[in-house]
Amino acid sequence: MSDRSDKKKTAKAAPAPARLSVLKTYKLFVGGKFPRSESGRVYEVTDSRGGWLANAPQSSRKDARDAVVAARKAFAGWSGATAYNRGQVLYRVAEMLTGRREQFAAEVADAEGLSVEAALAAVDAAADRWVWYAGWTDKIAQIAGGANPVAGPFFNLSVPEPTGVVAVLAPQKSSLLGLVSVLAPVIAGGNTAVVVTSAAAPLPALSFAEVLATSDVPGGVVNILSGDTAELGVPLAAHQDVNAIDLTGAGGDAELATQLETAAADNLKRVLRPADEDWTADPGTGRLLTFLETKTVWHPIGV
Amino acid sequence: MSIFAYAPAPESRAVVDIAPSYGLFIDGEFRPAAEDKVFPTHSPATEERLSEVAHAGAADVDAAVRAARTAFGPWSALPGAERAKYLFRIARLIQERSRELAVLESLDNGKPIRESRDTDLPQAAAHFFYYAGWADKLRYAGFGPDPRPVGVAGQVIPWNFPLLMLAWKVAPALATGNTVVLKPAETTPLSALFFADICRQAGLPRGVVNILTGDGSTGAELVAHPGIDKVAFTGSTEVGRAIARTVAGTHKRLTLELGGKAANIVFDDAPIDQAVEGIVNGIFFNQGHVCCAGSRLLVQESIQEELLDALKRRMETLRVGDPLDKNTDIGAINSAEQLARIRELAAAGEAEGAGRWQPASCELPSQGYWFAPTLFTEVQQSHRIAREEIFGPVLSVLTFRTPEEAVAKANNTPYGLSAGIWTEKGSRILSVADKLRAGVVWANTFNKFDPASPFGGYKESGFGREGGRHGLEAYLNV
Repeated sequence: MSDRSDKKKTAKAAPAPARLSVLKTYKLFVGGKFPRSESGRVYEVTDSRGGWLANAPQSSRKDARDAVVAARKAFAGWSGATAYNRGQVLYRVAEMLTGRREQFAAEVADAEGLSVEAALAAVDAAADRWVWYAGWTDKIAQIAGGANPVAGPFFNLSVPEPTGVVAVLAPQKSSLLGLVSVLAPVIAGGNTAVVVTSAAAPLPALSFAEVLATSDVPGGVVNILSGDTAELGVPLAAHQDVNAIDLTGAGGDAELATQLETAAADNLKRVLRPADEDWTADPGTGRLLTFLETKTVWHPIGV
Repeated sequence: MSIFAYAPAPESRAVVDIAPSYGLFIDGEFRPAAEDKVFPTHSPATEERLSEVAHAGAADVDAAVRAARTAFGPWSALPGAERAKYLFRIARLIQERSRELAVLESLDNGKPIRESRDTDLPQAAAHFFYYAGWADKLRYAGFGPDPRPVGVAGQVIPWNFPLLMLAWKVAPALATGNTVVLKPAETTPLSALFFADICRQAGLPRGVVNILTGDGSTGAELVAHPGIDKVAFTGSTEVGRAIARTVAGTHKRLTLELGGKAANIVFDDAPIDQAVEGIVNGIFFNQGHVCCAGSRLLVQESIQEELLDALKRRMETLRVGDPLDKNTDIGAINSAEQLARIRELAAAGEAEGAGRWQPASCELPSQGYWFAPTLFTEVQQSHRIAREEIFGPVLSVLTFRTPEEAVAKANNTPYGLSAGIWTEKGSRILSVADKLRAGVVWANTFNKFDPASPFGGYKESGFGREGGRHGLEAYLNV
């Protein structure tokens, strides 16, 4: 509360000796780097009452394609890392996020018009969600895979494997908890992600990229784009090197969602269809399993 | 004969600060034993007295069980996600303090720093990390929609991997919502007491973990205490039998990880160099103080000569000595008592007609408890060294001609903890593994462990599994 009112004061009253605060230029997160949009475009981001917060980059189709290239490049390393290693990296994200708890609470409060308490609760829930998925990386194979008792002299084992590059349209209303809830399960399973932030409230997501960049997450595993969901969703849904798409952020627009699903059919992407979700509820395993394939290995038994 | 001598590369002891005496860790604080009894703990490599620890008696066991009982209610009522975070904290603290703990473990146990640093500590942290993740996911584990903890667990662990065995026991117990009273081994109590400090740093609620140092009598008191709901023991089959008798007729749940006499089977098409490394790792890792050690080498007759020549060449390169030297492969035998047992069994091997071989290059330090890596050839199945668990760096070599004979000989033991198979043929690995009566079978590798993988024995090697999803069952009312 005090942070926000202080900011307003400096902007409005500004007595002579007051220090002018340093504003942040928000940037995209692609391949572990923080580029501006290739298009040079930005758009105004306002708080819930219409006050100006920042100019966010308005990503272009080219930015989306660059992000897919970065995600594909990172896939071999990330999917090849041990589940234990991925779990520790995800846990590290929770550690880094917790260290910047107040900053994110302020950003979420601005973005969503929440009270400071509600925003802090959202940030804490986001950290807990990373912990939840950190624990899943080395357990999901035991739940979703297993030995199959085939009738014959064969050893037969099924194991889940990541599907590849996943395009994620993050929820429009929950700027941080919602973002984390759709991103973490994708990378916990070993996929890499191209995320399109909430169009109206992209700032917590763009700042969250700074957390990822300092959390041992290899560059390219998560790529974050801000901009118009439809403008970025269309090329991502049609992209032949994207293996799956989560349409959550298009959920409010049935026409757009159908258009994206149709485009995704071209290379038979795995599609998670939008549904009304309560981001504070127990997430379960649904989102993890959506982006996993099952591989079954046969081997003969005999001397 | 070694051509090149290695300069010593000792790890510094300065990273660990051992107090002159330690109390019992009960209800979140250290306190002396009710009867004020203490006993010393020594470095087996130098016989130096390291510290003095309290000897818990019946009153202390009772106090610890009561503390654990009081803590059980609120601890088990915590949301799984909150319990998870305590375990994640412990995992991180172990990682942060792993160098200190590795040096401590090597000092108190005698194991090479290379192994405590590269195996015990990373694995201990990994167990807490793995089970932390289960705390809020128990309904997915296959034991019903809302599995409940058992209550207070009494845990007795051995001296061969003091901190790692603690992690195997404490991590799943806490993740599932139980509280614990743990008794480390008499000769290696220090790392458990340092772990108490980690619990403090993690802010773990008092009474959730209680640590009682003492000898077998303390363990017996703990196991027999009526306030215990679950007993978990790792150690000798003989003590396991006694515990099973004690628990008989009570409501207590019981899991036992006991001895072994693992067969390491090498077929004629095995990759010889890898097999030799696996055999060496299988029996000389941790001075052979490993329940799943590959202590019986079953080698196909046609390659016996080639394999044994290669094995002896490799054994000549093993360096025995100062556990804190980073070059050391084989450290000290844990205690004078254990050394006497190894010597007695080795003497029996010679007396019964087996051929004893030790590397000519091996010089043992004059202070401390030491035993050179030893190979016995011409071993018969009736020999004591082929039947009894030696728990030392002693390998017995037997031969076989057909896969059937290998399986028959491998299974010809009351134990059934582990086994090894060496062959290039995958279908043979699976066929032989199918027929072996052992809880863990390693193929073209040996002594592999992971928190995600269940471990435990068949037959008289005990019952119950530790590690993985299976390891949760012992601590859940299912």
